[in-house]
Amino acid sequence: MNQFEAKVSIRLRPSVLDPAGEAIKSAASKLGVEGINSLRIGKLIEVNLEAKEEKEAKEKIELLCDRLFANKVIEDFDYDLKDVNE
Amino acid sequence: MSDFIVGIVVFPGSNCDRDMVWALEGCLGIKTKFIWHESSDITGVDSIVLPGGFSFGDYLRCGAVARFSPLINSLNDFVKTGRRVIGICNGFQILTESGFLPGVLTTNKNLDFICNDTELEIITSKGNWFNSSNNKLKLPIAHGEGRYFCDEDTFKELSDNDLIALRYLNNPNGSSYDIAGVINKKGNVLGLMPHPERACDSSLGGNDGLFTLKSLLEFS
Repeated sequence: MNQFEAKVSIRLRPSVLDPAGEAIKSAASKLGVEGINSLRIGKLIEVNLEAKEEKEAKEKIELLCDRLFANKVIEDFDYDLKDVNE
Repeated sequence: MSDFIVGIVVFPGSNCDRDMVWALEGCLGIKTKFIWHESSDITGVDSIVLPGGFSFGDYLRCGAVARFSPLINSLNDFVKTGRRVIGICNGFQILTESGFLPGVLTTNKNLDFICNDTELEIITSKGNWFNSSNNKLKLPIAHGEGRYFCDEDTFKELSDNDLIALRYLNNPNGSSYDIAGVINKKGNVLGLMPHPERACDSSLGGNDGLFTLKSLLEFS
């Protein structure tokens, strides 16, 4: 078995309002940082997994993203997959 | 009807399960039974309540982890028989996450946790979940993530099939198209953010929830 590391990003779809992002945006301007046009909050999930090969690791991550990590009604996902075998 | 049993599913983090017993047994004389979410045995249960709360701490998304409970897996066959399922608040979130109902529930527009009575309009008579002699209801809501979201295509499907159960009159949380509750096409699965079990005694502020809970005794 080979070791893989995946970094999965989950983002709210552009059409979905992000009230938490809006709140942080307003805090950013209170901090004195001007010029922020948009600020949206997502999630980063780091997964360390075993698989025979990269194709299998990819299948596992895609299943996780599709069925568990993201709700595709409101969220998009993408990921980076790295072979971490020494 | 005395042998009729309503199963109340208990997840780690459920907190309206006991309120539901009070409403069903105390106010309506309907027998109930708690079912731990890890059980998939729902034989002998005539209808099911997914109560409110914070199942699995609402981690990842509300209802996202609960949907993988063995009980939710066995719910599909239960629903196909025509027996009734109601998901309230967190229960509604679980029903959307598991695909029994369309759409999703996400963070309230104003980020507030809203705990208030809310005025609702009854939209569908399908499934006979609401008293059709009234157009309006007053039920309490208590949620931070109750903003119903669906896209235009889903809304069209909901409208065309008469699947919108309730709409807010003042839309406190920013829900798409003011939607507070939806049903499935067969009419035997209802999900709603307001809490009918908290409106079952006029001395506690109203009894508009009684009809909906009593309708668990029906068969679609």
